[in-house]
Amino acid sequence: MPWRRVRSVLEPGRHYFSGADATVEAAVAARCGYFAGYPITPTTEVLERIAVRFPEVGAAFIQMEDEIGSVCSCIGASWAGAKAMTVTSGPGFSLMQEGISHAIMTEAPLVVVDGQRAGPSTGQVLVGGGDVMQARWGMHGGMPTIALAPWSVQEMYDGTIRAFSLAERYRTPVMVMAEAATMHLREIVEVAPEVDLYERDKAPGLPPFGADSPDGVPPMPGFGEGEKLLVTASTHDARGFRRTEDAHTHRTLTARLFNKIMMHVSEIAEVEEHYLEDAETAFVAYGFTARSALAAVEELRRSGLKVGLLRLKTLWPFPKDEVGRLSERINTMIVPEMNLGQMIHVVAEVARCKLLPHQQMDGTVIYPASLIDTARSVVA
Amino acid sequence: MSADWRRYLRPGVTLPFCPGCGHRLLLRHLLTAIDDMGMDIDQMLFVSGIGCGGWIPSPCINADTLHCLHGRAVPFAVGAKLANPALTTVVVSGDGDLADIGGNHLIHAARRNYDITVICANNMNYGMTGGQVCSTTPVGATTHTTPDGNTFNPFDLCALVRAAGAQYAARYLVTQGPELVGAIRRAIGIKGFSFVEAVSPCPTQFGRQNHLDGVKEAYAYVEALTIGKAACREPASPLDGRLLVTGEFANE
Ligand SMILES: Cc1ncc(C[n+]2csc(CCOP(=O)(O)OP(=O)(O)O)c2C)c(N)n1
Ligand code: SF4
Ligand SMILES: [Mg+2]
Repeated sequence: MPWRRVRSVLEPGRHYFSGADATVEAAVAARCGYFAGYPITPTTEVLERIAVRFPEVGAAFIQMEDEIGSVCSCIGASWAGAKAMTVTSGPGFSLMQEGISHAIMTEAPLVVVDGQRAGPSTGQVLVGGGDVMQARWGMHGGMPTIALAPWSVQEMYDGTIRAFSLAERYRTPVMVMAEAATMHLREIVEVAPEVDLYERDKAPGLPPFGADSPDGVPPMPGFGEGEKLLVTASTHDARGFRRTEDAHTHRTLTARLFNKIMMHVSEIAEVEEHYLEDAETAFVAYGFTARSALAAVEELRRSGLKVGLLRLKTLWPFPKDEVGRLSERINTMIVPEMNLGQMIHVVAEVARCKLLPHQQMDGTVIYPASLIDTARSVVA
Repeated sequence: MSADWRRYLRPGVTLPFCPGCGHRLLLRHLLTAIDDMGMDIDQMLFVSGIGCGGWIPSPCINADTLHCLHGRAVPFAVGAKLANPALTTVVVSGDGDLADIGGNHLIHAARRNYDITVICANNMNYGMTGGQVCSTTPVGATTHTTPDGNTFNPFDLCALVRAAGAQYAARYLVTQGPELVGAIRRAIGIKGFSFVEAVSPCPTQFGRQNHLDGVKEAYAYVEALTIGKAACREPASPLDGRLLVTGEFANE
């Protein structure tokens, strides 16, 4: 069975952690064997804690010469059998895009955590949410990705552990689209005695890049197992032979890479509902902004307004059924974002109600008060 | 020289190189060295970047191979080696791949002294993309992006990696079979970062653009460019862009 229940490495119970601490402890809990990264605010603390924690648990840590080297070395480590992770922020995330596309094409499990800051370019080291579209469309070629949007330190822990399992289950890079605010936030994290992990499927001799079904995920052998692997991110057949001028091979491969994510949206994409039973207006929010949205909803409820929150725990693949269904029974969706309008475009593709943007990109978080104002302008 | 190198070729693969390409000779020397050493090929990993040089291991060698992004073979190899230290990890790639786009990774891997071997197929240009200038192109040589001749001094790659901390560096022509095989054997045998530069003529791109009208002329050109370490006045100064010194340059 690919699912395995193991004891948590940390003492079960309550821990007081920053988001950065929780990211590291999640990697340890998920039995991550390799980490490479390059310092950048606001994720440097992750590197610094890993530099201490990984040697304690026998995992490899290295500060690379840049983010390109970081992500590439993670792919090498992944193929050598380790669960691998890198952590960065906007500028580094941009540098990693070609590596992420390599991991998608060679189907290498990998976790990439982006502690988003306000871009473009060096911009600010303060909070931002402008990389969420990049997590879907940043690489050339445009393949579906998996990206999570944690809203709390607890979710930095649970969500990052889940990211490792999703990466192994679907043999793909999984992005954890955190934000500077969550990285630096300190909260109580509840650590369970045990953790469920999806472990790499092994089936010696089977083709590592082909499956029986058009949405299949092949088993993944590793280096040193005698499989004489041919791993390439050029167009390849089921055994890894380059077929760079063959339209059929390219179609078959990319269709499966597409389907293995898009035909499993219901297993991957998660949402959370708050006060939606009788809502007429709903925030559709993600990440740190969803915390403010929930605070705004609770305040508005106290004054009798029927407002709720649909929280996108997963950004990609986009939970479009849940958003579409909700839009049929409410009047207005408000989409608050720490960017100049990104996920609202995807919401607009499926929403059959009025849509209202609420955008702010200045290095500060969106406060509940401003969301309350926006909601009142709708309800009034 | 052992005749057994062919048993390490991946079945069903037609070698992808042009007639007379030096990369084909390098492949043979590499596999001969591995055969001579009696290596367990299933515990070896070959990592390469993008370019004709990247095709030397992938798909030609019947072992674990990892074909990477252009310029990034070294960090992919570093990650694999650190995750599974039992793997004898050998990077084989082009000069453009390793020294231009990937130059920073190369010097940092040498500096950190990872236990990997990097073999650079130096054909003094970008063969795959049709013959453009490289950081290894001799001064005066013509390429599609230096139509009036290259004016920049080339890298001395062996000196570069040695300065960065490589345990071992060697440079030979692909026509110096026994020397190159010996250098590859020593490089793989060394614990720590080792580097072998194989000067490998590219008759199709570099040759044509420099009016070297046949394979023979392409080989004669690189032979005229190189000088043995012993014959070279000390200290060797290849950075004048004219001479490449062959030999072994172990870090004393
Ligand atoms: C990021 C990126 N930039 C450019 C290219 C195009 N490209 C492919 S091979 C190559 C040069 C290869 O030269 P070298 O490494 O010397 O190998 P050779 O073909 O000469 O053996 C370039 C520029 C690419 N594949 N990826
Ligand atoms: S283009 Fe040059 S380097 Fe590439 S295969 Fe042909 S001869 Fe060899
Ligand atoms: Mg070259």
